Amino acid sequence: MSEERIEGQPKYAPGTHVRSKDIRERKITYTWWEPEAQYAFSLGPANSRFLKELKAGKIIGRTCRKCDRVIVPPRMFCDWCYDTTHEWVYLKDTGTVETFSISYLDPDAHLIEDPILVGVISIDGASPKHGFMHYFGEMKPEDLRIGMKVKAVWKPKEERVGSVTDIKYFKPLIGGDE
Amino acid sequence: MNRKVCIVGVGHTNFNSMTPDVSWKEFMYDACKKAYFDAGINPRKDVDSFITCAEDYWEGFGIFDEFVPDQIGATLRPCCTVCGDGIQGMANAYMQIMTGLMDTVAVEAHSKVSDLLTYGDVVLHAMDPLFEKPVSGPVERERYAGSPSYPDNNPKPLVGSTDEKERVHPYFLAGLEMQHYLRSAKVTEEQCASVAVKNKKNAFLNPYAINQADLSSEDVMSSEYLFNPLKRLDISPLVDGAICFVLAEESVAKKLGIEPIYLNGFGYSSETPWLSTRGMDAGYARQAVNMATKMAKLKDPKKALDVVEVDDRFSYKELQHIEALGLAGPGEAAQLLEEGELYKDGSLPTNLSGGSMGVGNCLEATGLQRSLEIITQLRGLAGKRQVTDAETGLAQSWRGIPSGTGAVAIFSRNPEVKT
Repeated sequence: MSEERIEGQPKYAPGTHVRSKDIRERKITYTWWEPEAQYAFSLGPANSRFLKELKAGKIIGRTCRKCDRVIVPPRMFCDWCYDTTHEWVYLKDTGTVETFSISYLDPDAHLIEDPILVGVISIDGASPKHGFMHYFGEMKPEDLRIGMKVKAVWKPKEERVGSVTDIKYFKPLIGGDE
Repeated sequence: MNRKVCIVGVGHTNFNSMTPDVSWKEFMYDACKKAYFDAGINPRKDVDSFITCAEDYWEGFGIFDEFVPDQIGATLRPCCTVCGDGIQGMANAYMQIMTGLMDTVAVEAHSKVSDLLTYGDVVLHAMDPLFEKPVSGPVERERYAGSPSYPDNNPKPLVGSTDEKERVHPYFLAGLEMQHYLRSAKVTEEQCASVAVKNKKNAFLNPYAINQADLSSEDVMSSEYLFNPLKRLDISPLVDGAICFVLAEESVAKKLGIEPIYLNGFGYSSETPWLSTRGMDAGYARQAVNMATKMAKLKDPKKALDVVEVDDRFSYKELQHIEALGLAGPGEAAQLLEEGELYKDGSLPTNLSGGSMGVGNCLEATGLQRSLEIITQLRGLAGKRQVTDAETGLAQSWRGIPSGTGAVAIFSRNPEVKT
């Protein structure tokens, strides 16, 4: 084990530092196992239809008449009234930024040069605060703000596979774009 | 405080080996919606607390607890998950009601095991990483069609294929235990085979049981050894299924105008995880039944019980569990079976639902599936498999390989069990 003090560490925190080298060299006793867990989740009618429509370049939702609610992504039941939902309804591919974050780190905590813009978009035609998460593009981080109108930028038809990433990102909606 | 807890509603999906037409959320919704309809209540107003029985690795989600509220009617309501069998979930519901804080509690458990491509590996993952995983091979390892690392056009059987990882299917643990049971109880493989025969036959009379078959014990005996002495037909098949119960304080049942089925007692117990040192005699069932009978003030269970459901994920397990529950002396369960006592018209009708052999192994929902049969019998709604005037019944479950955890629930039509 490495017993040297690390530069900059406070004096009141002495101890033995464990380095990844110590683990590699088996100075730490451990046992290793890699679980083999694989799943294929059946999507059911609501999400299957949603993905099929995304492939076709459309966003679809479901209505709950009881709650006067338009739900997107669609669901077969409404968690408010606990009844089944009623009809399919096509929605626009535009919406409003509900909230966002500008991410500068990748999952390994490395700095990303061009920050990732991600946020929640309420889709036009759905009930307020009904929508999904997606990326933002064609804008500078400093332009992104809550309440901003945005529009989906779709992948070319032949590249769409039936996935939420069939939409590349949402860009600022400029008058006349609708 | 003289609160009593009863079941006021039950609901379940169809059981099937695959359910590709619905998502797990829609599947759970189906069971719960039926249970609330059965009880005549609106979960958004009338249920005080919700419990789901689930284990993250079965589900394929981290912190599965967070994924359940919508489909069970629990959005923005008190909701929790019990990582265990459905009877353990029901025990928690009972305790919540007895505190006086809750009057009506929903308990849901399910298996959507067809979504899990690597069942054997996930079970293997439940074994000790230092002492057991390294000696769990090298032999077969399963691969399913549809698994990304396995070609669709070349599906291999459940067991029998090998690949470079060389891990064994963990059901060999049941083989170990069966070997031990055969020796200690002086029971033969044929006698164990008769359990599979009985339960798969029982399944013909249960509309939701899908693994019915008219077999002879020779058929079971001639099925191939997978984990000697365990043969293919000694092993229950996996199924999807979701079940929901509504438990309530007695006064709620009266208000709803429902004839309640009382939960008179329950118990659960866990063995040490050390496979090498723990008993191979289902000590968890013995402990659980002691707790349950004491709670239900049931002095002579053998006499009082009209109908029984015990865990039979492997054929020998039914016999072993009957003995551990004290319903037969050591080594005597096989004799009861031979004498016809475990059939519908016998003195101890056991697994009339078809059990795991006839319905299928529905993971953490097993305890509720067994309880569902008891409740159906006590309600008098079991159709052709109805036991005449059934008043008191017992359901027992086990969490399956490699667990040493089991639970027992005692139900009756009366607030106090008639003895």
